[in-house]
Amino acid sequence: MDELLREYLPVLIFLAIAIGISVAMLLASGILATQKPDSEKLSAYECGFEAFDDARSRFDVRFYLVAILFIIFDLEVAFLFPWAISLGKIGLFGFWSMVIFLGILTIGFVYEWRKGALEWE
Amino acid sequence: MTELPDMLAAGPEIFLAVMGMVLMMVGVFSSEKRALGIVSGLAVASLVVTLASVVWMADGRIVAFSGLFLTDSFAVFMKTLVLLGAVLVLIMSENYIQREGMARFEFPVLVIYATVGMMMMISANDLISLYIGLELQSLSLYVLAAFQRDRGRSSEAGLKYFVLGALSSCLLLYGCSLIYGFTGTTQFEALAVLFTGKESAASPGLVVGIVFLSAGLAFKVSAVPFHMWTPDVYEGAPTPVTAFFAVAPKIAAIALFLRVMLEPFGGLIDEWRQIIVLISVASMVLGAFAAVAQRNIKRLMAYSSIGHVGYALVGLASGSEAGLRGVLIYMAIYLVMNVGAFACILCMQINGRMVEQIDDLAGSAKSHPMMALGILVFMFSLAGIPPMAGFFGKFFIFTAAIEAELYTLAIIGVVSSVVGAFYYLRIVKIVYFDDLLEPFDKPIGRSLGTIMTLSGVVTILFFLYPAPILDSASIAAAALFPG
Repeated sequence: MDELLREYLPVLIFLAIAIGISVAMLLASGILATQKPDSEKLSAYECGFEAFDDARSRFDVRFYLVAILFIIFDLEVAFLFPWAISLGKIGLFGFWSMVIFLGILTIGFVYEWRKGALEWE
Repeated sequence: MTELPDMLAAGPEIFLAVMGMVLMMVGVFSSEKRALGIVSGLAVASLVVTLASVVWMADGRIVAFSGLFLTDSFAVFMKTLVLLGAVLVLIMSENYIQREGMARFEFPVLVIYATVGMMMMISANDLISLYIGLELQSLSLYVLAAFQRDRGRSSEAGLKYFVLGALSSCLLLYGCSLIYGFTGTTQFEALAVLFTGKESAASPGLVVGIVFLSAGLAFKVSAVPFHMWTPDVYEGAPTPVTAFFAVAPKIAAIALFLRVMLEPFGGLIDEWRQIIVLISVASMVLGAFAAVAQRNIKRLMAYSSIGHVGYALVGLASGSEAGLRGVLIYMAIYLVMNVGAFACILCMQINGRMVEQIDDLAGSAKSHPMMALGILVFMFSLAGIPPMAGFFGKFFIFTAAIEAELYTLAIIGVVSSVVGAFYYLRIVKIVYFDDLLEPFDKPIGRSLGTIMTLSGVVTILFFLYPAPILDSASIAAAALFPG
């Protein structure tokens, strides 16, 4: 059990450092900086939308398209990391599997490009 | 270093998937006007090549991808039906998609991807590959249902199908995870080994898993009580897409259902038989009674297909080789008569506008005698009136049910097929004996006419030369019952 817990020690240290740095930054800005709060500065930052508003408002459908296209490539990266780490073990078959996967994604990318899905106007 | 796994058995699927991507590139790089024509032609060609290679590779049982994928004569039989369905629907739809403002080259490409998914489902030998095939198929079909995107009803059909389909996938996955949790494996062969012994009592958790899995599958074959999406989606989707839904995915899902129940869980037949009997009875009865009130022909076909799934599940409930053979024959005949019936429905247009009400057919025997004859043949066959092919499909299934001593099931089946005959015959009556209001447009187009004639001839003359279908169904059924 001790052995198992010791493996997680780096995580604990990392957590402690992260908490330490963020607390230090908050405290330092509270003590050192000049504070001139107004309502805009105090509101939560959200790009373009009201942070607390009806979720059913209309928004441009183009955001939706961009989000969908983004997800595909986001997932691709999520697949690439474990693949890159275990490449030594999975061999040529693993390597070519990913290359084929990337090829399929590229076909999708060419398709959306030619279809004009990437043009904002 | 791992070696390359054996991929040869999946050759047809790999070819078709690659062709799907090639066609996407061809379509997107050719001029907008010609894209659809080129892509449709190439799509039909590649489906035919795939069909040829599936049939050519048909020898024995080959496992690929470290046991995730297998082909045997059962898979070959079902894949042949699915590919035939896809080819016929693509040919039938050519006119329609030009006319109805859905002339985009993505249509044949999506049909190809859906077909790849179905072939994968049929060949699945593991719960994981089962799910991947099912999702590839479903995702393509959701888009196809909503293909006429500027028409409200088509978008509604797509959305309904998507939401309910996602729900059923959840049920199915939950079932898979329970099965994995209680057995420790997802491989069909390993599961089958677990349940062959005499004392292999299934734990309650496993039974719950199987119930969830069969609920997900029952949704895909649209068996009662998971049928609610079918009438709405069939009515809202563009007619060629409805024709596709009624044949190919249904055959693939039935194949999957058969394999999952008989191969990995064959030893647990006493546990799952009551579920299958229940949904089979419910589907047959609802298919017969609910269709009586329908005025829309596509909706009627939806209820009719629910009923037909009920009959097919009778064969599964019998759990014997004869029952399986009956289901295979039934699906082959179902494919032929449904394609024919939808070819007739696709002819229903007045002044270039599609009509879907049954009353629009009134008196069409006077203006279109050949089409009316087609409707007569297919409706008689769907109702199961001898000597049409549909009769023999039902005959083999009910024989198997009686051999398995499921007398109540067989009697309910026969009674509901008598009730069902009412609405099929009413269509024939409307076509032949009612007064002509507005004649349908002429001519109906060569490809539609050819498909109608071919499937009509097969439906009528099946009893003269049934050997090819019966023999290959016997071989295919033997594949799931070794020894």
